[in-house]
Amino acid sequence: MSVQREGIVAPKAGAETTSDADRRGTLLYTIAAILSLVGLADAIYLTIEHLAGRSVQCTIVSGCSEVLSSSYATIFGLPLASIGALAYFTVFSCAILAIFGYSSARILLTIVVALMFLATLWLLFVQAFILQAFCAYCLLSAGITLTLTGIIVAAAARHKRAVR
Amino acid sequence: MGSKQKPGKSILPFVIIGGVLIIAIGGGALLFRSAKQPASPTPKPASSNSKTANTSSTALVGAKPPHAKGSESAPVVLEEFGDFECPPCGLFYPQLKKLEADYGPDKLRVVFRQFPLPTIHKHAIISAYAAEAAGFQGRFWEMYDKLYTDQATWSKAPDPRTFFLDYARDIGLDVPRFVQDMGSPEADSRVLFDRQRGMSLGVTGTPTIFVNGRMLAPETTDKQLRDMIDAGIKSGGK
Repeated sequence: MSVQREGIVAPKAGAETTSDADRRGTLLYTIAAILSLVGLADAIYLTIEHLAGRSVQCTIVSGCSEVLSSSYATIFGLPLASIGALAYFTVFSCAILAIFGYSSARILLTIVVALMFLATLWLLFVQAFILQAFCAYCLLSAGITLTLTGIIVAAAARHKRAVR
Repeated sequence: MGSKQKPGKSILPFVIIGGVLIIAIGGGALLFRSAKQPASPTPKPASSNSKTANTSSTALVGAKPPHAKGSESAPVVLEEFGDFECPPCGLFYPQLKKLEADYGPDKLRVVFRQFPLPTIHKHAIISAYAAEAAGFQGRFWEMYDKLYTDQATWSKAPDPRTFFLDYARDIGLDVPRFVQDMGSPEADSRVLFDRQRGMSLGVTGTPTIFVNGRMLAPETTDKQLRDMIDAGIKSGGK
């Protein structure tokens, strides 16, 4: 997506000073860092729910217990939520490092968020069509990841402009 | 922010990251501990979640006779509303077995009530029928054991009936009669009556456990459950 935008905005890029772009980039990464903290808390909560077996009931109103107790909530014997927590922590770390100017962190951040985006699409599909049950905390995480994806795309576009 | 052009100058980002890591791990550990061991030593049902159901005039009786094991004069009656396909019910199954073994039939009477949740479990109803059909031949609990111990297998099958027929054979049922009973209105109405009893008691999920008519909160631990049973035995079921 950033490639498309590059073509459109490139002629204007020269008008913007590097520090302007940097400031906005910093703002975007700050938002990403804050969002990933929310995601981290959410994923930790879900991991605990999963591990402590708090999904102790199947209820008429289907929800987290259904989703968490399903076979889709585990991967390689690990609760999926714990991988989510790790991912959010990575995003947070990368966003902080990106704010402080580490460009490799920016690349890693883009890769991690892209993977999370794909995982989120899959998990939304599982909830909607396979389990037919939605878990509010999982949906919160999905919302955060989708927002993060938007932010990373925007940040990448800004960065492209800034370097020109 | 002037330092951002020269990475590696500041340790601040690493301090922030480390801080968050410590908080995350610490918070997670704390949450995990509190999740494993509820802070309150007394059973939760004492408050809002409890209902003195047996004495309530609005409670429906359910299927008659109920599926029960243990002495009728046992001081403690544990009534479970269950769905054979519900994984938490499957997890409760060995816990209940242990309770039965530890207390014995003279002290603990166990009643099972059908509370299938067909909206979230596609085989919930048919498995309830299978248990009822076995019940018509006096083997309800044998089928109940089969359904719970083998839950992971049949619940994933597109059509679990082949498994149910195997179980029927295993526990020595008259299979043609079993098949016929599974589709009978009698099986259906037993399940319906149990479910209606559950609804009248305010059951919304499975497993929901009542000890001497008192509804337990879903997060009640094994220890709390045992304390309640002990108290029931001590008071002679009063």
